[in-house]
Amino acid sequence: MSLTRRDFLKSSAAASAAAAMGMAVPSDVQAAAQSAEANWRWDKAACRFCGTGCGIMMATKDGKIVAVKGDPAAPVNRGLNCIKGYFNAKIMYGADRLTQPLLRVDAKGNFDKNGKFAPVSWKRAFDEMELNIKKALKSGGPEAVGVFASGQYTVMEGYAAQKMMKGGFRSNAFDPNARHCMASAVVGFYQTFGIDEPSGCYDDIELTDTIVSWGSNMAEMHPILWSRVTDRKLSDPERVKVISIQTYRHRTSDLADIEIIFSPNTDLALWNYIAREIVYNNPESIDWDFVKKHIVFAASPVNMGYGMRRSDEKSIKEGKYTALEMEIISKEMSKVVSAKEAPALKPYGYKEGDVMVNKNAGLAHWEISFDEYKKFLEPYTLDYVAEISKGNPDEDINEFKKKLQTLADLYIEKDRKVVSFWTMGMNQHTRGTWVNTLSYNVHFLLNKQAKPGSGAFSLTGQPSACGTAREVGTFCHRLPADMMVANPAHRKIVENKWMVPEGTINAVGTQDIMRIHRDIEDGLIKFAWVNVCNPYQDTASATHWIKAAREMDNFIVTSDGYPGISAKVSDLILPSAMIYEKWGAYGNAERRTQHWRQQVLPVGDAMSDTWQWIELSKRFTVKDVWGSYAPSGPRKDELPSVIEAAKALGYTENTTMYEILFANKVAKSYKLDQKDPVQKGYDNSEGFGDKRNVVGSDGKVFKGYGFFVQKYLFEEYAAFGRGHGHDLAPFDVYHKVRGLKWPVVDGKETQWRFNVQYDPYAAKAVKEAGTDNSHAFYGTLAKELPYGDLMGIQKKEKTGLKNKAKIFARPYMDPPEMPDTAFPVWLCTGRVLEHWHSGTMTMRVPELYRAVPEALCYMHPEDAKTYDVKQGELCWVESRRGKVKARVETRGRNRPSRGLVFVPWFDEKVFINKVCLDATCPQSGQTDYKKCAVKIYKA
Amino acid sequence: MKTQAMSERRKFILTMARAAGLAAMGGLVWSAYLDEATASSLLLRPPGAIKEEDFLATCIKCGLCVEACPYDTLVLAKPGDNKPLGTPFFIPREMPCYMCPDIPCVPVCPTGALNQASVTTDGKLDINIADMGVAVVDSKNCIAFWGIQCDACYRACPLLGQAITIEYSKNERTGKHAFMKPVVDSDFCTGCGLCEKACVTEKASIFILPREVALGRAGDYYIKGWDKEDEKRLENATSKTTTTELSKEKAVDSLNSNEDLY
Amino acid sequence: MKTLWNNYRYLILRRVTQISLLFLYFSANAWGWKILQGDLSSSLVFGVVPLSDPYAALQMLAAGALLATNLLIGAVIIATFYLIVGGRVFCSWVCPVNMITDAANYLRRKLQIDKLPSRQSVPRKMRYWVLALSLILSFIMGVTAFEFISPISMVHRGIIFGLGFGWAAMLIIFLFDLFVLKNGWCGHVCPLGGFYALVGNFSLIRVQHTEENCTLCMKCKVVCPEHQVLHMIGKESLPVLSGECTNCARCIEVCDDDALGFSLRKLAQNKKMGEKNENNN
Repeated sequence: MSLTRRDFLKSSAAASAAAAMGMAVPSDVQAAAQSAEANWRWDKAACRFCGTGCGIMMATKDGKIVAVKGDPAAPVNRGLNCIKGYFNAKIMYGADRLTQPLLRVDAKGNFDKNGKFAPVSWKRAFDEMELNIKKALKSGGPEAVGVFASGQYTVMEGYAAQKMMKGGFRSNAFDPNARHCMASAVVGFYQTFGIDEPSGCYDDIELTDTIVSWGSNMAEMHPILWSRVTDRKLSDPERVKVISIQTYRHRTSDLADIEIIFSPNTDLALWNYIAREIVYNNPESIDWDFVKKHIVFAASPVNMGYGMRRSDEKSIKEGKYTALEMEIISKEMSKVVSAKEAPALKPYGYKEGDVMVNKNAGLAHWEISFDEYKKFLEPYTLDYVAEISKGNPDEDINEFKKKLQTLADLYIEKDRKVVSFWTMGMNQHTRGTWVNTLSYNVHFLLNKQAKPGSGAFSLTGQPSACGTAREVGTFCHRLPADMMVANPAHRKIVENKWMVPEGTINAVGTQDIMRIHRDIEDGLIKFAWVNVCNPYQDTASATHWIKAAREMDNFIVTSDGYPGISAKVSDLILPSAMIYEKWGAYGNAERRTQHWRQQVLPVGDAMSDTWQWIELSKRFTVKDVWGSYAPSGPRKDELPSVIEAAKALGYTENTTMYEILFANKVAKSYKLDQKDPVQKGYDNSEGFGDKRNVVGSDGKVFKGYGFFVQKYLFEEYAAFGRGHGHDLAPFDVYHKVRGLKWPVVDGKETQWRFNVQYDPYAAKAVKEAGTDNSHAFYGTLAKELPYGDLMGIQKKEKTGLKNKAKIFARPYMDPPEMPDTAFPVWLCTGRVLEHWHSGTMTMRVPELYRAVPEALCYMHPEDAKTYDVKQGELCWVESRRGKVKARVETRGRNRPSRGLVFVPWFDEKVFINKVCLDATCPQSGQTDYKKCAVKIYKA
Repeated sequence: MKTQAMSERRKFILTMARAAGLAAMGGLVWSAYLDEATASSLLLRPPGAIKEEDFLATCIKCGLCVEACPYDTLVLAKPGDNKPLGTPFFIPREMPCYMCPDIPCVPVCPTGALNQASVTTDGKLDINIADMGVAVVDSKNCIAFWGIQCDACYRACPLLGQAITIEYSKNERTGKHAFMKPVVDSDFCTGCGLCEKACVTEKASIFILPREVALGRAGDYYIKGWDKEDEKRLENATSKTTTTELSKEKAVDSLNSNEDLY
Repeated sequence: MKTLWNNYRYLILRRVTQISLLFLYFSANAWGWKILQGDLSSSLVFGVVPLSDPYAALQMLAAGALLATNLLIGAVIIATFYLIVGGRVFCSWVCPVNMITDAANYLRRKLQIDKLPSRQSVPRKMRYWVLALSLILSFIMGVTAFEFISPISMVHRGIIFGLGFGWAAMLIIFLFDLFVLKNGWCGHVCPLGGFYALVGNFSLIRVQHTEENCTLCMKCKVVCPEHQVLHMIGKESLPVLSGECTNCARCIEVCDDDALGFSLRKLAQNKKMGEKNENNN
């Protein structure tokens, strides 16, 4: 067949136009398009990077990915990308890609913790892992086996890891880097809605009149969404208002009508100020009909600490923390109420100078009356809030007050739609859960939540923090589809589905990611495996964890594509297949699930994390892992043996976890079939093996599992949520569409959850309840509360609050570390558009590396003068925990006010997490990377 | 005796003539080379550099500016660089000028080829008024003009918001995104080249050219009526007799020429 | 050992001077040492004292450049210095090209290339023509004409700031001096040498010949790169007054008879006698 150039242009234009409009392409045109492009293959995928979830197309030529294009049919980005997405084709082929397992060995080739890395076979690698896991199980039970999981796992990987950890090893020391990123948002969703993830979706941007960005540099971190915000602003510049509420000036302020620079942590006060304006000064703006039908008011303890180590913990007792560090850590036990927070804490009976004794409060909360809530709001007058929250010392207080008033007015204005976006500013916060819930308060009072164009919306950082970490539940306390480890009914559901004995799953799930690091330092965890993340670069107080990994008796394994700091700290490194070298799926911030096929074979001997988990499962039998375990770490009771119960299920003592969890009868029913249009023409390295003939974990060439393991894992996982408000579409459907927002009911995605008009689950709930409510907050978690006042519970008996959401009374409080005379400057850390997280991928793309080769210390020019450092020269950034050298930048993209410096964390050479404090939100466990105190001086 | 004398004189004249001839020949080759070697107009000089033609006369090629530069931005032209030999320049894509506030390269210049006064405001060094060149955007290859969310140049700009601003416009194709296009304001751009270095396209789509090359000139015979600042240009305004093809003859001559009239 | 020192003491001192200066320049650019920054065109000593090449300044003047104060001061310091120690002291004690041309000359003697019949007769005065031409061209072209082609700068700057194709300039000079013309570059062409020769006509430190001690061995004439300046050997006790003498002192070292040594010019009288007796090659 001959195609003229003109025909070619016509046919490929027709094909892409048709694809963009979702039309079926006439088959003759399609055939022409394909043969014209015979030299390469386009296939759809999702962008590797942030939580926006842009759709892309990958071009493959001669078994390598050569190019990428934005998918014009993808609803999120319609063919566009940011510059990270632009370089998706270049992230996999860095010169130092890991291609074979590496083990620390001595001169004789035996494992040696202090040895140098040398290549070993996959068999040897799994031998060492097996040996060390067995050792760990013996010394400290399942609690001694930890995994650093990820919000960048594919759905299937996360689910495979979850099964082996919780169903196989019975360990809940399994927590993702998403803990650092989304945990406060999650607990906020749980406490407010009883179910995780946002009610709205990105379509709100096109429908709203007001976009408020709280502690979120959307311009750099969610560029495609920001361009939608910009478009919205352009479409009606007078009506549409953009407000940027930040602790320092950055690019998101460019578009803003109002920029509010607030003092770190006082976002708590700002939200309560808006609520007070509503309740005290504009009570007519409250939609009482909505509030009465849908909302209860709630309170929780305030003396809950800051998620730091407590004085009875082993490493504290052993003196592993310096006196300087202890100045801050001691506040975990008790603190003195400051003048700044005293007015806000007055309704709780505290005054300035009182010693507040902190206790682990957990997630407890109770219902209170509206009057009690009103009493709580009383202190947040404009004068008080403006005084404590003005973040720019050079700004006039009256100007600042005016801005706050305008902000409140915009929220309150009748018929004005408002979307509140936030990212890490509100999540990485020692009161992160609190401030998340406070955002819903304002939207609920005004009935501006879960409606088209209105709502508080948590933007996600990672590509599958929602899709994998949260929905699959790769957290220490979670199971798939919002089920909880602590809930016996949930455990039972999961155990049955997994065909493991009831009682297998460990009920104590408290080893979150900071706990895993701390348990390694305490000597409890002896084996840890890093999956798709870089915990030794991304965790605050980094020196402690690196020291613990390198100097203590433990075995650390890292699976990665590139040698980052975590790999360097490890004892064994496994080469992982990267994103487009395996079948996968991600879920973005608006609940959109997107799948892709394996585009190319992995580089070298690299294999996917799914494969690594399944191969590991072959090494463990029923008797190895399902016996009884004495109390250990957080678990105060014995974990009984389930071996007998396993026999009752038809297993023997020697049945492997592989046979039970992965290669079972159900799994094998998912057939590999090259005639299946989904699979046709695509590799499946786990299914078939591949032409590389990688020598596998048994020392023989890996020939594949023989069944469609990715589809099996996805379908088994998806079954947990179907019918429970988490409905995912069938696997095959995702290979035909550009992602769907769950719940997918009757083939249709859901844009606004809890809203009767849009969410079939809400409609069903309202119908069942026999009301005519507009909304149903049908989430089931924490939906029975005792009753009390701000000070505590008065009536222990619980009342149900079916279909209702909560407004929380949660005060302003100081963070544990604030600038003082010794460390006079706030340090805020974060990201830059050009680099992804710890830079392991983007720092290997020459263009991105050249654009931003190093992390700079952004500061106010006056501060530079004060601390005698110069633009472009190196300075020390030193805290009570450590110091790093960084180049001073007083110009450019980030413009802090006096008293705050900003240092991004992507650069392993400017290891800012050595400086940061590992204080967390005690409820969510999410670290506050946004504030600690430092001093700056000349290097 | 006489012939002898004649011959001496003759010899002298001939020697002189030969020397002069050789000198003329050498001089021609030499000057041709000089013309060629100093013709490179796409060169970016250090901050404060005087006009290129004066610079070539004044720069003594001592390299003190190169030694003062803390970033190894400045280099001296080597044989083979095809640039005026020994003179300082920089290639922004390789190493831009980081615009040190204390401009260490300028005060060390012994000859005034780098003129301190031109980077001084109110008696203080002011790198923001340097004009090493001006950034030019290739809007065909700049991916921000495709709708990609890039603006790496904008974020790299030390005078962000002044020298490079973002022009927002709606992306009608997608219907819900905005273009964010970098726009250079030559009034503020110093030509430091941080944008060119940061540009993520394979060959930079924003790049620095010497002002003389990159910028047009509107002429001093029209002053913007809406811009008071523009009055300044009047200082250079002069009146000159104008000639076009039509007006080149004297009026009386053209009046008297009747050819082709009917 | 003693004789070795005796026979090469000035050569060694010259090499030490040349190399240390180069090293100091190099270290300023490489490691930021502030002892001697810049290059031979213009330098800063200890970050304070300016030094400049007066010939370059002259070209700038011709090219129509305004001379900055520091440049003028630097040029005056250098000119004064060479007025005292001998103009072409620059050539034999400072200029890095000297090492190349000395090497070529040494090899030329060893290979006995001089014994080959040679047709060229290139006048040593040529350098003054080049000098004049450089100033004329600077004036016409508005650029410092010699500075843009100077192989001295190419070599010197090359060592400090990066060589590029500067090695070719080194090689050409070496080959030119080795095969084409004895003392070709330094003794015939180099206008900077010519300039310093003119300066040297007035300078104080001179080589003095003592005719009574001379055994007419003529070793001095063999090693001298500007042998025309030694016209008085074995004839008269006179100082070497020609500015073309580089004060390299090789003649003093090779003289076994104590017939040559440094002395101060007896200003008025000697000058006259020198002029009278000077001839050239």
